[in-house]
Amino acid sequence: MATVETTPSDAVVGRSAPPAKKMGRFNRWDTPWINPKLLSGAALIAAILLLGVLGRIFWNTDLALTGSSPLNLPPVGFTSTRNLVGTWDHPLGTENSGRDLLALIIVGAPNSFLVGVIAAVVGMGVGIFLGFSAGFLGGRVDDIVKLLSDVAVTIPALMVLIVIQSLIRQVEVTTMALLISMFAWPGPTRLIRAQVLTMRESGYVQMAKLSGASTFSIMFREIMPNLIPYLFASFIGNATGAILTAVGLETLGLGPQRVPTLGGTIYYALNAAAILRGMWWWWGLPTILLAIIFIGLLLINLGFDEIANPRLRQASH
Amino acid sequence: MGGMTRGYLLRRVLIFFLTIWIAASIIWLIPRLAPGDPITAMVSRMLSRSGYIRDSAAIIEGWKARFGLNDPLPVQYIRYLSNIIHLDFGYSLAYFPTTVNEIIALALPWTVGLLLIAVFITFILGNFLGAVMVWRGTPRLFRMLIPVGMIFTSLPSILAAIFLIYVFAFLLNWFPMMGPYDIGMQPGFNLAFIGNVIYHGTLPALSIVIVSFGYWSLGMRGMMITVEGEDYMQLARAKGLSPFYVLYRYMVRNAILPQVTAFALTLGGLVSGQVLVEYMFSYQGMGSIIYNAILTQDFPVIQGTSFILILMTALAVLIIDLLYPLIDPRISYERG
Amino acid sequence: MTEQAQEKPPILKVRDLRVYYETPKGDVLAVDGISFDLYEGETLGLVGESGSGKSTAAMGILQLVTPPGRIAGGEVILEGHNILGLPDEGLRAIRWSKLALIPQGAMNSLNPTMRVSAQIKDVIVAHEGRKSEHELRTRINELLTMVGLPGRVYDLYPHELSGGMKQRACIAMAIALNPTIIIADEATSALDVVVQRIVAQTMLKVKQMLGVSMIMIGHDMGLMAQMVDRIAVMYAGKIVEIAPVRSMFAMPKHPYSQVLIDSVPSLKERKPLKIMEGITHDPRNPPPGCIFQLRCPFVMEKCRVVAPPMQEVTPGQFVACHLYQESPDGSYINVADVARNS
Repeated sequence: MATVETTPSDAVVGRSAPPAKKMGRFNRWDTPWINPKLLSGAALIAAILLLGVLGRIFWNTDLALTGSSPLNLPPVGFTSTRNLVGTWDHPLGTENSGRDLLALIIVGAPNSFLVGVIAAVVGMGVGIFLGFSAGFLGGRVDDIVKLLSDVAVTIPALMVLIVIQSLIRQVEVTTMALLISMFAWPGPTRLIRAQVLTMRESGYVQMAKLSGASTFSIMFREIMPNLIPYLFASFIGNATGAILTAVGLETLGLGPQRVPTLGGTIYYALNAAAILRGMWWWWGLPTILLAIIFIGLLLINLGFDEIANPRLRQASH
Repeated sequence: MGGMTRGYLLRRVLIFFLTIWIAASIIWLIPRLAPGDPITAMVSRMLSRSGYIRDSAAIIEGWKARFGLNDPLPVQYIRYLSNIIHLDFGYSLAYFPTTVNEIIALALPWTVGLLLIAVFITFILGNFLGAVMVWRGTPRLFRMLIPVGMIFTSLPSILAAIFLIYVFAFLLNWFPMMGPYDIGMQPGFNLAFIGNVIYHGTLPALSIVIVSFGYWSLGMRGMMITVEGEDYMQLARAKGLSPFYVLYRYMVRNAILPQVTAFALTLGGLVSGQVLVEYMFSYQGMGSIIYNAILTQDFPVIQGTSFILILMTALAVLIIDLLYPLIDPRISYERG
Repeated sequence: MTEQAQEKPPILKVRDLRVYYETPKGDVLAVDGISFDLYEGETLGLVGESGSGKSTAAMGILQLVTPPGRIAGGEVILEGHNILGLPDEGLRAIRWSKLALIPQGAMNSLNPTMRVSAQIKDVIVAHEGRKSEHELRTRINELLTMVGLPGRVYDLYPHELSGGMKQRACIAMAIALNPTIIIADEATSALDVVVQRIVAQTMLKVKQMLGVSMIMIGHDMGLMAQMVDRIAVMYAGKIVEIAPVRSMFAMPKHPYSQVLIDSVPSLKERKPLKIMEGITHDPRNPPPGCIFQLRCPFVMEKCRVVAPPMQEVTPGQFVACHLYQESPDGSYINVADVARNS
């Protein structure tokens, strides 16, 4: 008869963290920042960024322009269904307007990151401002902020952005990023607000208040440092969400027109029935790249979560 | 009945209306910040694309009048809001004189159907998986599903859709690549048709489920572990109750509560994701309609479908929020 | 009353119960071989400071010990059968129907998503099978009345009750199956003084009405004095003394018991407040010999080597201390007294 397994819960038994090698001596490699998830995620992202940077140097980005290359070539080592053979001139193949895939990726990938970074920064900035205000000032301000963030979370961002961007043609990367930022602030705001509320009543903040520190200095000297892990995780989460939304818009054809984007490449691929035509590299390579980006960001996020919350760390996993 | 207070009810309803109002206003306002008269610009873009629109002059004038573009902005705004409230989105530009509402009415049931199924499966499956993780007898294979699921959650549903189409529809030919049902089949409430719909809907639903369930599993597992450490669990064991009963009534029943709250927050993302999936599969729902409208610059349709989807999402969130007190007798919201 | 009860065999016999907690640096000997008897109808108090192992002992008896804790040995003989090591089915059958628990801190001991009535109902149904709604309702209402709760509590959720009401609801739940033994684990510790009194009185009343045997765990000696028939004192996982309550308070024999009794503030006499340090040795590595040697004012050489056995120094009073030597005529003398007097 199966019985319910009682997994040892740290909360119940207070099991300590993985046994230290020796009490009292701190091994340099025990620092929580060396977290396998964090590092592998960072490695993936770094690799892609590197691709974007070095690519511009070593590869001709003009090949991302239409008509610059032979059409419909498969990647090197493959033969397409039309009996075209891949060459080293275009190692990742080309698409049906003569654009080189590798060039598209080299230019497109950093664009995705740019969107993510801009949206995350704006979201974080607004979040810090509103979160602190709500948490610290309480009362009316808190009510309003909470209400607005609830609303912002409920609205399906993509829907609004579709309408807006379908009207505003010739969207730039930065414009799109700013529009996406409109929906990037609720997450950080709630997070910071919650943390501020908790910390506001804690001992060291009371002490600071008693010793006459100004509100500002309390905010930045006492509370902020403790928020850093959460802020990092939130930043990454925000960036991920923003890139996700951006890809969604691009795949619908609403993304920036003048510069190549990964989602945009997929859009053209789908429009040209690339799947049916067996041109898997056209939609497949941007997809893989996007998958790498997302997985990398997720790993970083999970890594930060573990750093911020030691209970999640597993000694053997 | 739980303790739903008036304050709680009011707040939820307020959020509902605010959501709709703010979303509608943003949709109205931001394009107007761009230079130029949106209608003429749009129609001229359409003309350059498709070359010819029947009665284009009449359409332009009609829209200008309808939009009252010669009126002061506040008046335009009020008129817009009043149209929206009456769900009057006007005529489709691409399929004039079909109204936007007629187009939506054809697509909406499909979207709602797919959404309900996908969401249902995701939530039930995800949480179920998380809940059984605390059962000693769960096989390793199951346990692997959570980390794998978590990796999938980082991907957008549209990428999953692409992948599924390529592998299962194109390469393996196990499932159809597009459409809600076989072309040429007559819609009807018979088994054959419904079966066909399910067949066609499998991959789209799967696209959504794959990228969402991991999050619920992980969360539910965490909640189950938390609940397990609670004092009432000790008493439940001391009472000598059946393990299944304890698992359900004492553990799952308590662990699921935060999951439901969190679920309401993800609905917006789910709807957005589904729109993209529908587009990928040429599924006859709102997603395809929107995509088509974007291609043909059929702005009223774009606006109408988006708004309906926003409305739907807000409504779903409201319903969940109102039903929540039924399962949680304490309302731990700060403002009642 | 205690003397009469002792003629019948005890309904609960605990022999050499051990509960250890596994830690990376070795086992913590939370309960290290305790033995006692519980007679029918009596209330045994189990007292000790924090860390003495009294709650763990209760968990051991009820077999509610969760990893990293484990029951490492001993026997718990209930009505003639050892319940340690019972298979799941058997254990579940005796749970609550024979051995019930009134938990500490009922703040969180009740399922927040179930009404009070439902929580009492499910244990009745689980052990006695399905019953008619009417029968259950009547029964539960009776239970509520017995503990002094108003009828409306029937439909309430735990969060709608005050602390004292929750605790009384737990009491009502505990007596629902008319158990043989009730273990009250610090049942009043989490309450304020006024409510404590109410709950304590409820427990006494219930005990009188049902004649149930109880083990009361606590650290408030003053409260214990009013509630129990006999007291067992625990220190660092071992029982050092068991005595009828009057004897314990009038003449505590073990040095530790003496400190405990001394520490009860008295309204009548002025005493200097005795403050003691807590358990000073490492619970993973108890010293050989007597468990109390590091804090005992009367420690002798022998104490550091040999663990003192439990001896019945006066009828009904058991002590584990080398101070008490058996003299040829069967009575015990206190070696320290002898030394002082000579």
